[in-house]
Amino acid sequence: MPKVTVDGQEIEVPAGATVLQACELAGKEIPRFCYHERLSIAGNCRMCLVEVKPGPPKPQASCALPATEGQEIRTDSEMVKTAREGVMEFLLINHPLDCPICDQGGECDLQDQSVAYGRGASRYHENKRAVTEKTMGPLIKTIMTRCIHCTRCVRFSEEIAGVDEIGALYRGEDMQITTYLEQAAKHELSANVIDLCPVGALTSRPYAYEARPWELKKTMGIDVSDAVGSNIRIDSRGREVLRVLPRINDDVNEEWISDKARYQVDGLTRRRLDKVWIRKRGKLVEASWDEAFKAIAKAKPGKSIAAVAGDMLDCETMFAAKALLKASGSSLIESRQTGMDYDVSNLAAVNFNSGFAGIEEADAILIVGSNVRWEAPLVNVRLRKAAKRGAKVFIVGPAWEPTYPATFLGDDVSVLSKLPKDVSAALKAAKKPAIILGGGGFAAGAHAASVKIAHDFGMVKDGWNGFNALHMAAARMGALMLGFAQVGGIADIAKAKPKVLLALGADEVDFTKFADSLKVYIGHHGDKGAHAADIILPAAAYTEKPGTYVNTEGRVQRGDKAVFAPGDAREDWTILRALADALGVDVGFDSFHELRAAMFADAPALADEGSIADYGALATSVKGNAAPKGTIPAPIKDFYLTNPIARASAVMQQCSNELLLGEAMAEAAE
Amino acid sequence: MAARHIAPDTPELRERWGKFAFDAETKAKADWHIAKYPEGRQKSATMPLLDLAQRQVGRETDTQGWLPLPVIEYVAAFLDQPVIRVLEVATFYTMYNLEPVGKFHVQVCGTTPCMLRGSDDIIAACKKRGMKSGHVSDDGLWSFTEVECMGNCATAPMVQINDDNYEDLTAERLDAVLDALAKGETPKAGTQEPGRRTSEPANALSSLKEMVTENHDYRGEW
Repeated sequence: MPKVTVDGQEIEVPAGATVLQACELAGKEIPRFCYHERLSIAGNCRMCLVEVKPGPPKPQASCALPATEGQEIRTDSEMVKTAREGVMEFLLINHPLDCPICDQGGECDLQDQSVAYGRGASRYHENKRAVTEKTMGPLIKTIMTRCIHCTRCVRFSEEIAGVDEIGALYRGEDMQITTYLEQAAKHELSANVIDLCPVGALTSRPYAYEARPWELKKTMGIDVSDAVGSNIRIDSRGREVLRVLPRINDDVNEEWISDKARYQVDGLTRRRLDKVWIRKRGKLVEASWDEAFKAIAKAKPGKSIAAVAGDMLDCETMFAAKALLKASGSSLIESRQTGMDYDVSNLAAVNFNSGFAGIEEADAILIVGSNVRWEAPLVNVRLRKAAKRGAKVFIVGPAWEPTYPATFLGDDVSVLSKLPKDVSAALKAAKKPAIILGGGGFAAGAHAASVKIAHDFGMVKDGWNGFNALHMAAARMGALMLGFAQVGGIADIAKAKPKVLLALGADEVDFTKFADSLKVYIGHHGDKGAHAADIILPAAAYTEKPGTYVNTEGRVQRGDKAVFAPGDAREDWTILRALADALGVDVGFDSFHELRAAMFADAPALADEGSIADYGALATSVKGNAAPKGTIPAPIKDFYLTNPIARASAVMQQCSNELLLGEAMAEAAE
Repeated sequence: MAARHIAPDTPELRERWGKFAFDAETKAKADWHIAKYPEGRQKSATMPLLDLAQRQVGRETDTQGWLPLPVIEYVAAFLDQPVIRVLEVATFYTMYNLEPVGKFHVQVCGTTPCMLRGSDDIIAACKKRGMKSGHVSDDGLWSFTEVECMGNCATAPMVQINDDNYEDLTAERLDAVLDALAKGETPKAGTQEPGRRTSEPANALSSLKEMVTENHDYRGEW
């Protein structure tokens, strides 16, 4: 632990810290462009210059200089001030003065730091360099003349995303950042380079010229596009969500979010259900709330009412539905829309037990039926880190392109009951072996076999639980905690032939099995569920209601309401509360507060925001075939179109067309 | 400098170079270079391999050689690394030609010492033969680049043609060299000054006189 002096203040810094980190620990602000906590050190912007003794009598780049015992660091000397002014002046030589038309304006590192550390005026009268625009796909807009060559985007795609596609060509003044042959950036984390770019060279194409940062209302939210539960900031103006940015949460999404989480929000204004609809003589016609409630009451469901929860629901909505059904005397609730019926009696057996941060430490990982890149891009980032540390990765399931070395064992699930020798040897030798069971694995019935493998290879021991279920639905863990599961899955509900079926944002259900039920769709998008419904009650999307979400590692998180739902749409719980009145039952809450209190009483773990719910020990075995046979399916056909919001989003459609279909078409043409 | 561009990725380019592969000679050399580095560090051989590839392209086209995109892709695949990383290297170093060059790539030094010793005449002599920056002459023989210091200031002015330097030039001496090259002969590389062997003083010794016969320590005399 070296002791250093920063501006006369003596502090102790951790071994291996840099001078820049030492200065930050001492509470000093060091300007920087190329340095980023989560990327390797480049040391090429020179903005972080400080004066260090002992050392050469010149300013030194603090980001790349290790802090050593007895250093005297000055960040406030005349030398440092002039050095920063000099660097800033050089950076601004070729930077265009187009801040008024630049989308980064107002949240630009270069702008802020030139105000704080620059000279205030330019002495440069020569011509500026200009760089041609580069194509980087439908999400990233480039204005490369603004680039200051910090190479953060290059390092991100190489180190974090694991897809080497951005590079710096040519040299010196002619240096240009580009993708190879200007192909579109084609991975699911590509838009994070927009946040990383300290200037306006890489900006958001869908958000281009939409708003200034100071006009936006910032709301803390939770992403629902996958089961990772990424922490997001929802930026809205008036009634419209304009963009979504990641929030830092080292335990969940670190500093990144997937392209889908970021860009599906334009779908929130399209194909919305903003009126009540009732099917009359086979056709949906507009109606009033009153008519709809009367129509449902007329069906006289009594005990014969069921609820199916969709993939993007908050716990409050699900609890309100559960309370309504309980008051009616029914317990027909289910969340696994596609008909899966894996054993949920032990929640630890359907949870990502090692945690996202924990999986980085695993040294042998067996992935069963999960295209992690598409199902949970941010978990894939963690797996890449584990692989970089030397973890061996084996994948059972349909082929996909991992961003780290991995061995594919074929897509036949029967391999689980007789693992190849090298795989079992690697898992046995590992200190922290782990198994990841994805949606494809669940669908192929590999649940029991995976739990067996977890126990056979000692994946559960003191301080380590390597059994991990990787869900795809943001609502799944919350739903299971609230008991939204029947023993036989949705088939049990179909068998019960309910008079009324409440589809809560449920779009993936096979509604043909409920031909005799009155199908009430409570949701926000006119997608598959609404097409099949008899009555449509417009509800709120995830940005339009406060809600509790539990991610696939069992972490309880809450999001806030950013905007109001459009038209007649209401927050889901109010609809269910009003429906209780129409059906003449008492659910026991009249306000959101009472609802939450009742929910916490029902599932106490949901009250503990931010922490991982305790599901107890992993069961020694779960119901199901321990030696399953068959091929593992690939549940996600198109990364960009996995939910109703994304399917309504023009940006996601474009991504799907250009990045996925475009590729397939080009291949077909060859 | 600014004139460097990657040759456009056209179907003709793919057609011509898409099937590029190292021949036996290049392959042996490439393996020798890769073997210099530890297992898994084969990327370190990027630069020598790009040079080998450029030379093979040169042999195939009877020019100094250059690096078409498919060849860069081949080298990247050969070393199992992303193409963009190899392209970064190829675009950074000016000795890798990114566009087709002539049989002889004439690189004239125009930095101060050479300029003072008459590099303007050398450049004029080149231009007279139809050489132009960034173009191959009509007969396919000559490419021309004005470069910065090549470290031959003692024998300025100089040109570098493919792998050899020609120094102590005048317009006439350069003409003689270029004529010989055009005829397929191999002119003497290095200084063109009669009686001079390398970069030793051109006239009588004016400095370091005590060093002629034995090693002398000047430090006490400063």
